[in-house]
Amino acid sequence: MSSPTGTRGAATAAPAGFDAKAVRARYPMFRERGDSLVYLDSAATSQKPDRVLEAMDRYYREINANIHRGVYRIAEEATAAYEDARRKVARFVGVTPRELIFTRNSTEAINLVSNAWGRANVRSGDAIVLTVMEHHSNLVPWQMLAEATGAELRFIPLTPAGELDLSALPGLLADGRVKLVGVVHVSNVLGTVNPVAEIATQAHAAGALMLVDASQSVPHLPVDAKALGADFLAFTAHKMLGPTGIGALYGRRELLEAMPPFLGGGEMIREVKLTGSKWNELPWKFEAGTMAIAEAVGFGAAVDELNELGMANVWAHDRALAAIGYERLAEVPGLRILGPGADRRGGVLAFTLEGVHPHDVAAILDRTGVCVRAGHHCAMPLHDALGVPASVRASFHCYSLEHEIDALVAGLHETRKVFAR
Amino acid sequence: MTGSWDELYRENILEHYKHPRCQGTLDDATGTYEDANPLCGDRIRMDFKITDGRIEKVRFSGTGCSISQASASMLCEAVEGRTLEEVRAMGREQVLEMIGIDLGPVRLKCALLALKTLKAGIYGLAQWPGEEEGEEGG
Repeated sequence: MSSPTGTRGAATAAPAGFDAKAVRARYPMFRERGDSLVYLDSAATSQKPDRVLEAMDRYYREINANIHRGVYRIAEEATAAYEDARRKVARFVGVTPRELIFTRNSTEAINLVSNAWGRANVRSGDAIVLTVMEHHSNLVPWQMLAEATGAELRFIPLTPAGELDLSALPGLLADGRVKLVGVVHVSNVLGTVNPVAEIATQAHAAGALMLVDASQSVPHLPVDAKALGADFLAFTAHKMLGPTGIGALYGRRELLEAMPPFLGGGEMIREVKLTGSKWNELPWKFEAGTMAIAEAVGFGAAVDELNELGMANVWAHDRALAAIGYERLAEVPGLRILGPGADRRGGVLAFTLEGVHPHDVAAILDRTGVCVRAGHHCAMPLHDALGVPASVRASFHCYSLEHEIDALVAGLHETRKVFAR
Repeated sequence: MTGSWDELYRENILEHYKHPRCQGTLDDATGTYEDANPLCGDRIRMDFKITDGRIEKVRFSGTGCSISQASASMLCEAVEGRTLEEVRAMGREQVLEMIGIDLGPVRLKCALLALKTLKAGIYGLAQWPGEEEGEEGG
């Protein structure tokens, strides 16, 4: 596992032995559409390989049954498939299955913490430290908790280069009132790789817990939750080749044991009387109701796929494309790339084009067959801090190819022509 | 894909985007209202002066894509001097006719934001144009 800060350094060469063209051939979306699909929005959601679709299809066709209940064979097979997926996902981020809770997505994972842990542990006068570059999913749940408890929110600011200004952190932690520090590992807009382990060390020294929003890191680079110093780690399957509707929360075991449940209902109980209940053991205490079983199976298959590719290769490929894209985009007149230099970011490039609103850029790119995202990318405070109302974002994954960057750059030149008329 | 960008970015849209009519604010406004499209962050403020049941003057300000800004410009131009009844009757069709292109559901909201904002300011109508009288929404 590479260290979170050890991911810096220029990587302009694609990893040896990693054939992105062959990888791309495993995706029905790309096979069916050929080169006409230029998909540069993997930070929003990744495409899905055959392996994931087949695993989910097989589950429904061959072993569909509700889990943890039936004693008949297919129910046992379904339960085994679900729990096998949990083991794979847990191992993928270096934790035990007992500490790995399936959720709907990262947002629900963070809401689980802000509700179950937050309501039990955060009081008026306490503080939560977040950063200015959080996705709304790691901001709004804490705003809701602050509103409900009277706790205070504090923010690590940005440097002009689009990185976290860690010189502010000791001051934010100084009064000992901070209960939790929540940080995005890789920014979904800037691509900045934040020094999470360093922040966690300071948070722990100040008596605070560390929550890591790993939505954009677990899909792209080797992540070891414990090496990062995370007490909680949230991520989601659909950005890592898996299906929508399933995500995961890692929580340190003692914390999860001590937390009350999030949602009440079936499966999360051990014993129910009319006037009260005893909770199930981990991780099922936090999995109320029938879960997204097929999606969990698909999540496990996505992890198999990523393991086969090798996360070091995926990361090197992403970063090689980011470096090429950074260079090529810089050649477009009037284009400003947001965030740090190519050597300090993941496979995400957000930018503005002078005189053309990002929606117009995306609309014209769409006409040339290029899919990019335009808007605030669920990070409005970050855009405020950068002084732009919105941006265009191109993002890569293991199946992205250099010719897609060519198509993007050509489309941007077209866009400039349209608006120069 | 529904066509080339020439179709989407017709001359009149780019012309209004680059040289907006009625852009600014009014010192003697009888009303002002601001609204945004949370999906994309487009933001429009409408200042209007109503005299004797007519829109005497209207000015828009804000940020957004060419469709939202050009449709605001065209709308302001079109409603100045019109009666409140006439403006109240305006809906999605009139806006689409003005801008002269067909839009998908996402960009349609960009085009309708100005009218929505103006109607909210004048009549207190909170709906998107086209959603108020059982018409199918955007």
